[in-house]
Amino acid sequence: MKRLFTPYTNTIARATALGVPLLVLIAGGFGRMWLDSSYETGVGEAIDQPVPFSHEHHVAGLGIDCRFCHLSAETSSVAGVPATEVCMTCHSQIWTNAQMLQPVRDSFEKGQPIQWVRVNDLPDFVYFDHSIHVAKGVGCAECHGEVHRMPMTWKAQNLHMTWCLDCHRDPEKQLRPKDVVFSTDWFSGARAKLGAEIARENKVNTKGLTNCSTCHR
Amino acid sequence: MSQAQLDQSVDLEALRAKLAGKQGRQYWRSLEELAQTPEFRAYVDNEFAAGAPEWDDRFSRRSFLQIMGASLALAGLSAGCTRQPEEKIVPYVKQPEYVVPGKPMYFATSDVLAGYGRGLLVQSNDGRPTKIDGNPDHPASPGPFAPQKAGMTFGAADIYAIASILGMYDPDRSQAVKYLGEYNTWTAFTTVMSNAAEKIGTQQGQGLYLLTETVTSPTLIAQMQALLAKYPKAVWTQHEPVNRDQSRQGAMLAFGEDAQAVYHFDRAARIVAVDSDFVTTGPASVRQAHDFAAGRRVRAGIAAGEMNRLYAVESTLTSTGATADHRLALSPAEIDRFVRLLAAKLGISVGQVEPGAVDAEFVEVVAQDLAEHAGRGLVITGEGQPAHVHALVHAINEKLGNHGPNRPIEFIEPVAASLDQGQSLRDLVKAIDQNLVETLIVLGGNPVYNAPADLSFKAHYEKVQTRIHLGLYEDETAALSHWHIPQAHLLESWSDARSVDGTVGIIQPLIAPLYNGKTAHDLLTVLLGEGGRNGQRLVQDYWKTQISGAEFEKAWRKALHDGVVPGTQRAAKAVTAKAAVDLPRLSAARAANDQVDIILRPDPSVWDGRFANNGWLQELPRPITKLTWDNALLVSPATARDLGAKNGDVLDLTSGAYRLAAPVFITPGHADGCMTLHLGYGRMRAGHVGTNVGANAYALRQTDQPWVVRDVKVAHTGRTHQLVDSQKHHSMENRDLVRGGTLDEFLHNPASIAKSHHEDNLHLSLYEPYKFTGTQWAMTIDLTACIGCNACTIACQSENNIPVVGKAQVAVGREMHWIRVDHYYSNDANHPDPNQPESEFQPVTCMHCENAPCEVVCPVGATQHSDDGLNDMVYNRCIGTRYCSNNCPYKVRRFNFLEYQRPVAESLQLMQNPNVTVRMRGVMEKCTYCVQRISAARIGAKKRGITDPSISAGGDEDYNILDGEVVTACQAACPTQAIIFGNMNDPSSQVAQSRLPHQPHNYGMLTELNTRPRTTYLARVRNVHPKLAAATHEEHY
Amino acid sequence: MEMPKRSRMQVLKHGHDFESVTHIVSAFPLTKRPPRGWFLAFGAAFSLMLVLMYSVGVLFLKGVGVWGINIPVAWGFAIINFVWWIGIGHAGTLISAILFLFRQDWRTSINRFAEAMTLFAVACAGLFPLLHLGRPQKFYYIMPYPDTLGLWPQWRSPLVWDVFAVSTYGTISLVFWYVGLIPDVATMRDRASNRLVKTIYGIMAMGWRGSARHWHRYQTAYLLLAGLATPLVVSVHTVVSFDFAVSNLPGWHTTIFPPYFVAGAVYSGFAMVITLVLPVRAIFGFKDFITEKHMNNMAKVMLATGLIVAYGYIMELFMAWYSANPYEQAVFFQTRWQGPYAWSYWSLIACNIIIPQLLWFRWVRLNPYVLWIVAIIINIGMWLERFVIVITSQHRDFLPSSWDSYWPTVYDYTLFLGTLGLFFSLLFLFIRVLPMISIFELRELVAHHTQEEAWHGANTGEVPPGTGAARGETET
Repeated sequence: MKRLFTPYTNTIARATALGVPLLVLIAGGFGRMWLDSSYETGVGEAIDQPVPFSHEHHVAGLGIDCRFCHLSAETSSVAGVPATEVCMTCHSQIWTNAQMLQPVRDSFEKGQPIQWVRVNDLPDFVYFDHSIHVAKGVGCAECHGEVHRMPMTWKAQNLHMTWCLDCHRDPEKQLRPKDVVFSTDWFSGARAKLGAEIARENKVNTKGLTNCSTCHR
Repeated sequence: MSQAQLDQSVDLEALRAKLAGKQGRQYWRSLEELAQTPEFRAYVDNEFAAGAPEWDDRFSRRSFLQIMGASLALAGLSAGCTRQPEEKIVPYVKQPEYVVPGKPMYFATSDVLAGYGRGLLVQSNDGRPTKIDGNPDHPASPGPFAPQKAGMTFGAADIYAIASILGMYDPDRSQAVKYLGEYNTWTAFTTVMSNAAEKIGTQQGQGLYLLTETVTSPTLIAQMQALLAKYPKAVWTQHEPVNRDQSRQGAMLAFGEDAQAVYHFDRAARIVAVDSDFVTTGPASVRQAHDFAAGRRVRAGIAAGEMNRLYAVESTLTSTGATADHRLALSPAEIDRFVRLLAAKLGISVGQVEPGAVDAEFVEVVAQDLAEHAGRGLVITGEGQPAHVHALVHAINEKLGNHGPNRPIEFIEPVAASLDQGQSLRDLVKAIDQNLVETLIVLGGNPVYNAPADLSFKAHYEKVQTRIHLGLYEDETAALSHWHIPQAHLLESWSDARSVDGTVGIIQPLIAPLYNGKTAHDLLTVLLGEGGRNGQRLVQDYWKTQISGAEFEKAWRKALHDGVVPGTQRAAKAVTAKAAVDLPRLSAARAANDQVDIILRPDPSVWDGRFANNGWLQELPRPITKLTWDNALLVSPATARDLGAKNGDVLDLTSGAYRLAAPVFITPGHADGCMTLHLGYGRMRAGHVGTNVGANAYALRQTDQPWVVRDVKVAHTGRTHQLVDSQKHHSMENRDLVRGGTLDEFLHNPASIAKSHHEDNLHLSLYEPYKFTGTQWAMTIDLTACIGCNACTIACQSENNIPVVGKAQVAVGREMHWIRVDHYYSNDANHPDPNQPESEFQPVTCMHCENAPCEVVCPVGATQHSDDGLNDMVYNRCIGTRYCSNNCPYKVRRFNFLEYQRPVAESLQLMQNPNVTVRMRGVMEKCTYCVQRISAARIGAKKRGITDPSISAGGDEDYNILDGEVVTACQAACPTQAIIFGNMNDPSSQVAQSRLPHQPHNYGMLTELNTRPRTTYLARVRNVHPKLAAATHEEHY
Repeated sequence: MEMPKRSRMQVLKHGHDFESVTHIVSAFPLTKRPPRGWFLAFGAAFSLMLVLMYSVGVLFLKGVGVWGINIPVAWGFAIINFVWWIGIGHAGTLISAILFLFRQDWRTSINRFAEAMTLFAVACAGLFPLLHLGRPQKFYYIMPYPDTLGLWPQWRSPLVWDVFAVSTYGTISLVFWYVGLIPDVATMRDRASNRLVKTIYGIMAMGWRGSARHWHRYQTAYLLLAGLATPLVVSVHTVVSFDFAVSNLPGWHTTIFPPYFVAGAVYSGFAMVITLVLPVRAIFGFKDFITEKHMNNMAKVMLATGLIVAYGYIMELFMAWYSANPYEQAVFFQTRWQGPYAWSYWSLIACNIIIPQLLWFRWVRLNPYVLWIVAIIINIGMWLERFVIVITSQHRDFLPSSWDSYWPTVYDYTLFLGTLGLFFSLLFLFIRVLPMISIFELRELVAHHTQEEAWHGANTGEVPPGTGAARGETET
């Protein structure tokens, strides 16, 4: 009677036997890489805002300090996004009729707040406090990146829990001297050594830093 | 009711046509005519008829309840490799300089119960009031006994005050001015009113009647007086379901004049509560409980004299009775007899009294004990007792010298206007009968629902030509009114209120009225033709007249900040009791076997019915019965046997022309021959939550017997009703869960009363015990102080965004409260008399065990131990195996079996505490020791620590939280300071001082399991009178 | 081998040859149109499975709140069913692996069937741990994988051990079963007429040609797998029992759980095998292959394991009394004996201890009808055992204040019935497409016999029948 299978069926069989598991592994690997990729995390994606606000211009260009707009970064859990008023302190004087500032003026006149799009968005079950990080010498740039190089603002870190934990387990590498906490372009070759000192003077203590309730309530 | 229903039922076009083109006075007159038209009748009837079945739909209520708060379900489903939805940041346009985003602010104000003010301290997050505590500067909401070393000081509060936050955000509140049930506008109303005012003015207010609840607001009283001056013939009636008529008449009998007693329990060594639940009932209860507990802080080294002794004589088991050292359950008639016997024993002429069913020895002992402590004793009776009992009690106290300055009882001029409210309501009804009432303005309150049955107020109200109602809800009264004006909640209003001792608290708004509500002040300004004066101006202007001009601004600011106006408490008043009180004949205990006395009392959860639509309060287990979502006929086992009634059997009650059907709930400790039914249920138009819950006790209430309806005929209906309680089993099964003993035992050997019969081989472990260094959180609960008032439960619910699940879910054992107050009949095992059981309260919450059984069994590590000794619960890691709950011997973990937090209304989302995650379906939750407050304090302390030399860089911790910086929500609310929380490794902290070895009577529950709980208890100490000791308390629990 | 009463007590009825056994077994899968009976049975099972689908749908839509569970009874039917199904699985593994290692020839004609049962039971069991999660969409948290949270499962939790125990069990059983199938699938391939069917069987047969080397490799592999599967018989239910034994709940916190769970598992497993095999035997005329001997032996195994289980129950009670632990005693002597669920405890005792004592009687073991009923009763009893363990222990534990009761809802029941549907659907499909008795192993038996016959024949001079056919057969 006629043969069911031709000899090369064996080859196919062997190939599948080897290939399928291999494929599964590879797929898994790629899946994992996807989680860290900017496609998933949105790192480095400039986000459209109602007003094309440029940190590059205001920080690098004009040298405005973070705290001028983000008032409560040192005192409260939220750094705060400036009230329209704050924008108008300058822009009632300069660029008074720049088209791109129209929304700001409208907001100010109509009393309607500007609706900014959140760039660094932690899940609602994560409770982050700016003030304590700043106080302990964690610079803005550690999380927000070199905003002075951002014409449009984007996410600088993936904000994954692993990323938070890296620092909470061993903060020293991310600490900086008081005077440069708010500097976005500060760089030092000797951070490891420096960090240890700052940790000492700011009394940074990792005890309890990795408790669940430190960030989740 | 829906527009559709309305249209088919009533030809509104006809109504509108009648009003078309009519303006001002014309409009007004035609309105009066209209009120008599058949159309309008039809409309009104229809309002009820069609309303009822719609509300009756239980499912709609349940589903409504399931959906409070924000849903994380979608977020959960789309978790994993999807990005979060885009979020907006909406900053201020002009940011007020005192606002720091992310930082809560606190404001002092007052709320009102039964007309009297109590101080509030309201937390506001970004302009949203989110949490209510007591205002420690206010006499009605005292703070801690010992001033805190650091941190914010909160005052105690009762469930009504705390839960009023939900009342404010309640989406069922009436939201628009209605005219004939049609949407209308405030301006339209004001025009109509001011025109009407002219007309009324011409006849000097003839035919204008105002009906308010008890009023203590100086501003409102001033406005009223101005009104009465302007319209001399206008009549002001006051009706509050829970008033002080009996006390008033009692005082009249005793002193010949009205006087209001102010009780200082902290000055009393011996207290006799004659049917008075002074620790949990009434606007002064928080203060009274606090002062009472001041005399019961049993700590190592106290002397025998330092603990007061409480005798309770009552019909229905209340918190006071459960807290008492000795309790006697007597029917109302027997209570009367008891007081006479006591008076007689103390040498007051009451004529010949037979002991009857009253335990003579008990009376003997009480009398003797009081006599021995003359001047330091306090006999108090409740509003539920008739005037002559009040009078007798006054006489007794007088005789014992308990009256007077710096004595336990002081008298003041009545804080509220001294009038017989029952009488004044009767007069109003009579006036209506005589067609004198043209316009009736109901300023708050709900008389159609809560007026005594014998006045048939509903029928009368409908006879009034023009009916105007100001109320928080479109309730029973609103439905029958021409005009309904939505009332502003107290948290939205400017006003003021006097507390029970007269102290004035300023009421300031925390938020602009959510639903454009108006206050009584606003409405009166219209009548007074001063429209446009806003509330703030009003209150301020009034106080300008009281506080001399120069430093007014300063004083006013201070008053606003402190929440009280200093020096406004009423001055003491000297009274002398008349030689003898003439007493009515003693009535028989019980007429016939199928007849009982029905005792009416304000409900421990919904008060007189005004809180019926408050889900928190409806679901709050009642102190003793643990009943939720219902009222019931509380009855003693013996009487239930006589009547052949089981739990849930619906009985038919008949008292003369008045009938009511209500289910039975058997309550050991209730006196025989009588039943207790709580007011406040059977609402027809309360809202989605409160409508058609329970039986309406007002249907039995009569002006001549407001609190006890005698000889009510009882019949079986054959029907049953499902009663749902959160605790099914009230026997301790001889397990040493609640431990305690007598004061003598304690003084003799403090440790003995906290010993357990199987803790011998404790802490057997193969491992070295883990060293918990640095800050270690712990809680101590003083069982001697706990009065089971539930304030902790509600405070926790508010602080931690705990959902309401509804009756059906409670029925299957899924209530969500993080802290529950267990109640046991401790001596069920071998107590001589099961009708006089002893009660124990035991607040149970997460014990934060050092060896937490829940932690080891969670497959995903969603519950972990933190370095500061917390048993953390991580909602976003939990997958809901529920294994932790199985392994928790205390069963304090709560599970979101269904989506309990779906948003039903934006307003309810505004109420959520922004610092606590709103839990989604399928995750476990439990007490966190208010970890959000701990975190806030820790962050503060860490910032401090950087510059604090006492903290070394290499040290164990980089922060030092001072004692008192962290106050848990339950601790803050507790009126008796029964909950102590803090860092047990700080030797000077209160909590450390309340634990072993400092307090030998401190014990942990179920420690034989080697769970090493952080929440421990101070064993309950009873100050038992040696002569009565035999009858009570052996070490049998 | 020595066989008293060979007339009845033999593993293969006298007078079969290679052709006959092969034909009888392979006939049903190869028939074009199965009888209406099969369709009816399968239809019934499948509609039950649809009920499962519905129940699960509602569950995912609304959450586990649709069940009767609450606090304190946080585990309900889901866990009961899980343990029950897993337990049932064990018989298959025991029969195919352990009996194989002990060279018990009576396993031959039932092992295929029992293994299939195991697989399907495990499939049903496997559903429950997932379904009973509050957030099934997050089930993967329980697996170790490199996530972005930097978290791993909590290894001290028995539930994590469960995941591995059950998944291993499932995998090994599947492989073991499939390997055992290969020679038979080859036979099917050779006997099938329809080309498509041939091809499918062909692929499954993986080019089996029955060469000596194939047989050699096959034997080795099968032996190894048997060796791998054997410890699972003990380990899986031990781990499952840890779910309870590791906790501190009175009634769960017991060291005797592992052994008596395993015994119970085998107990219920054999009960299920009997429940299924007896009808099959009658319907498909396998009386010659599944003989009284099988019934007898299986009944004996049930009796033995049943006694171990009984011992377990008694020891629990003894320890409760002996430990003088009030909570322990409360559960056993009050809650279980007198509590609201006492009925379940006493009927459990009846089903699992008293009634099975009938198996001491030979006639009971050999009477298919009585035996079948006893088996059914034991199945029920074992389900009740889990009910008693799970529910009664939880509903009254340490604090009387938290005592509450548990009443299953329609979704609890539909879920249970639904899995029965799933189980039987799979079973009927298996019967339809695969030989439910191992053909080649039957042939081995035949060969065995023929040698025996030959030996007798030599003495009596008659030529044993079937040998020629046998010789012919070997050429395939």
